Amino acid sequence: MIGFILRRMIQAVVVLLVVSFVSFVLFNYVGDPINAMVGQDTSIADREALREQLGLKDPISTRFVRFVGDAAQGEFGLSYRTTEHVGRMILARLPATLELSFVAAIFALVFGIAMGVYSGLYPRHWFSRLLQAISLVGISLPTFLIGILLILFFAVTLRWLPSFGRGDTVDLGGWTTGFLTLSGLRALILPSITLGLFQLTLIMRLVRSEMLEVMRTDYIKFARARGLSNRAVHFGHALKNTLVPVITVTGLQLGAIIAFAIVTETVFSWPGMGQLFVQSVFFADIPVMSAYLVLIAFLFVLINLIVDLLYYAVDPRLRSVQSAMRVR
Amino acid sequence: MALLEVRDLRVEIPTRRGVLTILDGVSFDIAPGEVLGLVGESGAGKSISGLAIIGLLEPPARIADGTVTLEGRRIDNLPREEMRRIRGARIGTIFQDPLTSLNPLYTIGRQLVETIQTHTTLTTRQAEARAVDLLKQVGIPAAESRLNAYPHEFSGGMRQRVVISLALCAEPVLVIADEPTTALDVSIQAQIIALLKRLCREHRTAVLLITHDMGVIAETADRVAVMYAGRIAEIGPVGTVVNRPKHPYSAGLMGSIPTVERRLDKLPQIKGAMPRPGALPHGCAFAPRCGYARDLCRAERPELMRTGETESACFQYDRRWEKAHA
Amino acid sequence: MAARTALGRFFGRVVQSDLLWSFRSSRTTMAAGFVVGMIFLASFLAPWIAPQDPYDPASLNLSEAMKPPVFEEYRFWACPFGYELDAGACEAEPKSSWQFPLGTDDQGRDMLSTILYGTRLSLIVGFASIMLAMLLGIALGLLSGYAGGPTDAFLMRVADVQLTFPAILIALTLDGIVRGIVSTQRHEEIALFVIVFSIGLSLWVQFARTVRGSVMVERTKDYVAAARIIGVSSGGIMLRHILPNTLGPVLVIATINLAVAIITEATLSFLGVGLPPTQPSLGTLIRVGNDYLFSGEWWITVMPGIALAVLILGVNLLGDWLRDALNPKLR
Repeated sequence: MIGFILRRMIQAVVVLLVVSFVSFVLFNYVGDPINAMVGQDTSIADREALREQLGLKDPISTRFVRFVGDAAQGEFGLSYRTTEHVGRMILARLPATLELSFVAAIFALVFGIAMGVYSGLYPRHWFSRLLQAISLVGISLPTFLIGILLILFFAVTLRWLPSFGRGDTVDLGGWTTGFLTLSGLRALILPSITLGLFQLTLIMRLVRSEMLEVMRTDYIKFARARGLSNRAVHFGHALKNTLVPVITVTGLQLGAIIAFAIVTETVFSWPGMGQLFVQSVFFADIPVMSAYLVLIAFLFVLINLIVDLLYYAVDPRLRSVQSAMRVR
Repeated sequence: MALLEVRDLRVEIPTRRGVLTILDGVSFDIAPGEVLGLVGESGAGKSISGLAIIGLLEPPARIADGTVTLEGRRIDNLPREEMRRIRGARIGTIFQDPLTSLNPLYTIGRQLVETIQTHTTLTTRQAEARAVDLLKQVGIPAAESRLNAYPHEFSGGMRQRVVISLALCAEPVLVIADEPTTALDVSIQAQIIALLKRLCREHRTAVLLITHDMGVIAETADRVAVMYAGRIAEIGPVGTVVNRPKHPYSAGLMGSIPTVERRLDKLPQIKGAMPRPGALPHGCAFAPRCGYARDLCRAERPELMRTGETESACFQYDRRWEKAHA
Repeated sequence: MAARTALGRFFGRVVQSDLLWSFRSSRTTMAAGFVVGMIFLASFLAPWIAPQDPYDPASLNLSEAMKPPVFEEYRFWACPFGYELDAGACEAEPKSSWQFPLGTDDQGRDMLSTILYGTRLSLIVGFASIMLAMLLGIALGLLSGYAGGPTDAFLMRVADVQLTFPAILIALTLDGIVRGIVSTQRHEEIALFVIVFSIGLSLWVQFARTVRGSVMVERTKDYVAAARIIGVSSGGIMLRHILPNTLGPVLVIATINLAVAIITEATLSFLGVGLPPTQPSLGTLIRVGNDYLFSGEWWITVMPGIALAVLILGVNLLGDWLRDALNPKLR
């Protein structure tokens, strides 16, 4: 077990280092950081002096190590566009993105699993077929289009829900939350549905196909042959076995949600990290871009690790090395 | 009175290309405490018979005709909930592969207790005690501690013992064992069969032993039914069917079993192959491969008729045989 | 050699006949195929069949701006025949006209024309990026699978790291990098290539993995050893013997990823980092139209949106069918 955790952690660190390296290269070799920081009139001598001062003349390895060290402390320098402290910029917008992603994920999970289980248990029912058709539409519509349609319908035509911003937020010592105000909660509805819809469709399809497969297994047949009730067979046995592989996928989807927040935040003018990233791409604001990448990589890796541990805790076969080989 | 009566059971599967008949009028009885073997090649309909009896046919397969009666009560047309109560409590089942028969995510203790509590009103503690007792009966060492073990922690033979304990835990009157030893090592097979035989005798449980292994049948069964193409070719006491088979197919089957007593240079085979469910010939299903076939065989389908101690579905034993031409 | 081409042709025929049968047996697939085919054709012929060239400033007339689509003003349909669907309706002037059946945008551009041209660009980018991804993926997959050892390990690690991130993030990053290197006007000129490059580079991994898998399976087979004994070079073996066997799954992945590529391009354009308004794809059109959503001119953004949705849905359905048809397990 320790070996398993250790291996996963090493893998995680490798990914982080690779992304950091890419970020580092971005940071230092795309465009000239000095040129972005000073005006046109600064003399060449002054620029060189600045370069020296910022340690840009040191060998690559030293600079990379310094970069990683700085990154670990959240220090990414100043934005090219606004000359604000990058770390602080991102941190200020982190709660917005995380809250949105969290609500979207819960939405996708709860409804996705429920609908998937239903259409897996009763695949021939008309409602299941309807869900299948809707799911096909769900993966065909780009997220931003869903957002626009929802805005058109609920915000413009019906005027029930707001179409931009977070509403009123409450500052809890650094973490601004929209959960504690009515307008904050209302503002969350459309964006989280938009963000979660794609994942919901994926989860529903996955759960459905897993459920169908599980229902065909011998142990379900044997459970029925032992006279277990429908409830015990469906929810006690089938569901538990279905959810195990689903956990991995949905865990990874959480990472995708955080990344896809980029689009949703733009559509709804949601002041999160994603919107910041898009702006930084548009203006080639390299420090912000590389900071975002490193942060996202860190979050992904963390989520993957947690998912692996969860998987390990749930599936007893992984705990004995021999049978783990067979499962994988 | 027979414990289980199957009469003219017919199982069909409607497909796009028409209706396939998997079981074509199968009839047999099982007396209380008796072991009836059901043998035949793959695809002859043995497993389907077992599934049809406990009502676990996978749609679109369905029972199209016939009756199944358990202890005098018809069970083939029961509503789902009542059939569920019969499964496990009156009829136990053992499937072929013990690895896939057990849910890998639950301990065997939990699976045992769950089954026991479904059919009895025991408390969890009582059910656990019962489970331990059952495990001891099937020969699992250190039963108490094994309650918390997962299926993958057992060897194949031990797993099948667990499966047997699950099948017997509610004291059924009939156990349907579908190829219980096929997935096991040869050395373990004998142990499991012996265990099954002993337990069923102790609890006076009847057994429908489905297998393609004649050796197992010869050792364990009281009577045996030979299936061919969804029908029963011959049925009777095991000694008679094995040593003095009356149906040409049974004869061919028994003849192809290698034994120590005979010297053979070549293992005799029945030429040809068993017809698929959609391609059954008119008349006797075995006629195309039978050396004795006459026009009567190809025209009509033979029913089971008494041939001494056994019953055979062969026109050789019919009055009209003399007049029939080749 | 002759045997192989004959085999190839035979294989092609078998697959085609099976494929065609399964295509014709599903009405949804046929409908999808028809719709997608029409869209392809229409967008390909856009320069000839579009009622107006929306990018020729001389053909635009500002007085025709902001016209709604024809069906929104159904009240006027019966007027030419002397009937009034609404009291007093025929006295007023309809704002829409059949000259612009889907309405016009803020500059007087005909929506139907912009959609035709936009679809064309969306499709061009989609196909081009998939081609790039395929080429890159197949090349790297062949290399990785055949060479094995450290090359394989390295490439697969890179693939793993890349797979942890969604394609859109990678495409965005690549786009940002190019913007950092190249000036803004130049960037607008080469926007098409940048987008194709970004999306293609973000999608190569699945192709590479599949091809690598096939290669590793085939490479142990006898016919490869035989070819090597005869003296065929490694490259020759890879290209002419192993590659044809991997084309089936590659084709399925290509179709599925075509939809992904189209969605990614549309998303990038919508975010403002894709194709510019001077050369708009459907995504750009939607973005531009978004500004008018609140003032009531919904069609400027919804019309391209519907076109995009129909296109992607069609491609997805075709991809689903292809996947089921080519799946050996389902045969």
